[in-house]
Amino acid sequence: MDPHPGGVVNVFADVWNHLATADSWTGRGGILDYLVQQLLLTGTALSLAVLLGLPAALWLGHLGRGGFLAVNISNVGRAVPTFALLALLVAADWPGIATFGPFGRAGIATLIALTLFALPPIITTTYVAVREVADDVKEAARGMGMTGWQQFRRVELPLATHLVAGGVRLALVQVWATATIAALVAGPGLGRIITDGFVNSDYGKGIAGAVVVAVVALALEVLAALAQRAVDPIPRTARRRTDVPPTTLPTTT
Amino acid sequence: MSVTLLVEAAEPSCYNRAVNEWWCTAYLADYRQELVDATTQHVVLTVSAVLLGIVLAFPLALLARRFGRLETAITGVSTALYTVPSLALFPLLVPFTGITPITVVIGLALYALTILVRSILDGLASVPDDVRESARGLGYGPASQLLRIELPLALPVMMAGLRVATVSTVALTTVGALVAHGGLGNLIADGVFTDFRAELLAACLLCVAIAVLLDVLIVGVQRLVTPWTRTRAAS
Repeated sequence: MDPHPGGVVNVFADVWNHLATADSWTGRGGILDYLVQQLLLTGTALSLAVLLGLPAALWLGHLGRGGFLAVNISNVGRAVPTFALLALLVAADWPGIATFGPFGRAGIATLIALTLFALPPIITTTYVAVREVADDVKEAARGMGMTGWQQFRRVELPLATHLVAGGVRLALVQVWATATIAALVAGPGLGRIITDGFVNSDYGKGIAGAVVVAVVALALEVLAALAQRAVDPIPRTARRRTDVPPTTLPTTT
Repeated sequence: MSVTLLVEAAEPSCYNRAVNEWWCTAYLADYRQELVDATTQHVVLTVSAVLLGIVLAFPLALLARRFGRLETAITGVSTALYTVPSLALFPLLVPFTGITPITVVIGLALYALTILVRSILDGLASVPDDVRESARGLGYGPASQLLRIELPLALPVMMAGLRVATVSTVALTTVGALVAHGGLGNLIADGVFTDFRAELLAACLLCVAIAVLLDVLIVGVQRLVTPWTRTRAAS
């Protein structure tokens, strides 16, 4: 089976035609429709994961307990294929493929999977960020007579903010990618354009969808990087060289 | 004909459409060949992608280390690449490589490459400066210093990166189902669309099993090639 009978140039022409046609963007099942749906999914799942994971991880990092769990949850998250988890949720009696409000078909299954896959990067980086605040700084805070809460609120949290925001940023990338995969189980989101295109051998449409997904992913990453810089209370120039955070290996799907 | 129907009605197999159980030993036995084939394809795709990633990552990391400005460019491009979901990366490669396993291998290798380049750089940076200086003092040239001093010492960090890269590649291979070359991902996709739970669960479990086995294998190799890390941990 030749996927592109007319050659490479022809596929690119198809992609361009799809992207340049107003009809592909508007209406039910258009690019904009799916884009809004996927942004909504991403935002909801990321907020849920932050609400669930961040406070616990911050507190564990402050206490210095549960490190084994906090660090290894990322390894487990990496080994379980997103696609497999989504497939299992969709095939189960609950949540199944039931439509869920504005989230569309298989909405609950997708939201659960997205939230679960956003948790590991948030928990691991947050825990490490608070834990890795330099010991001499913590000791100085204790020496000044700060209580545990004051030490956390006024010393550890500001110093860890940069890394914590980095963890949320990783989670955002992860959630966006997973939301795209949802289309492989006929769930909601932009991935539908990709899978519809490939199922119907309309490769121009499929690749056009991929272009949109990739562009939005890069845009989100840039916005997240800017946001990360904005929330960091410590100016970049004031950062000591030893404060350079350990590289956290990213996850993708 | 009617006899067989009667027999089936009396004792439907557990992967029968009406029963559709999650765990079904009869399915595993009847579809053994299909499962073996998919697992083999999965392992072949994963291993070739990781090997291709390693082959590409080493020269890139060494170049990045040599020229500081290149490091920013290489890490920048690979971070950008990493933000692109696999479901979007595979279609973007299709115009060049078609609906072939090559599309999947190249896509997966690009993701593995990102992790590998980073961990090679981190590993080389973890070599203490005084060790490097001693090597120079002993008369090691740049090449032999790299091969005989720096790379062995960087191995633990590099192997940690290899583990992460391999485990995530096993998981990502399933998405190859989009271009019909996803190993066990093909079975997962089929399981979803035909509502075939036994197939779905078996493929998911096999996938996690492959990831765990490859991880254990790498840890074993690492223990063999870096015996000094063990003695240090023991003492």
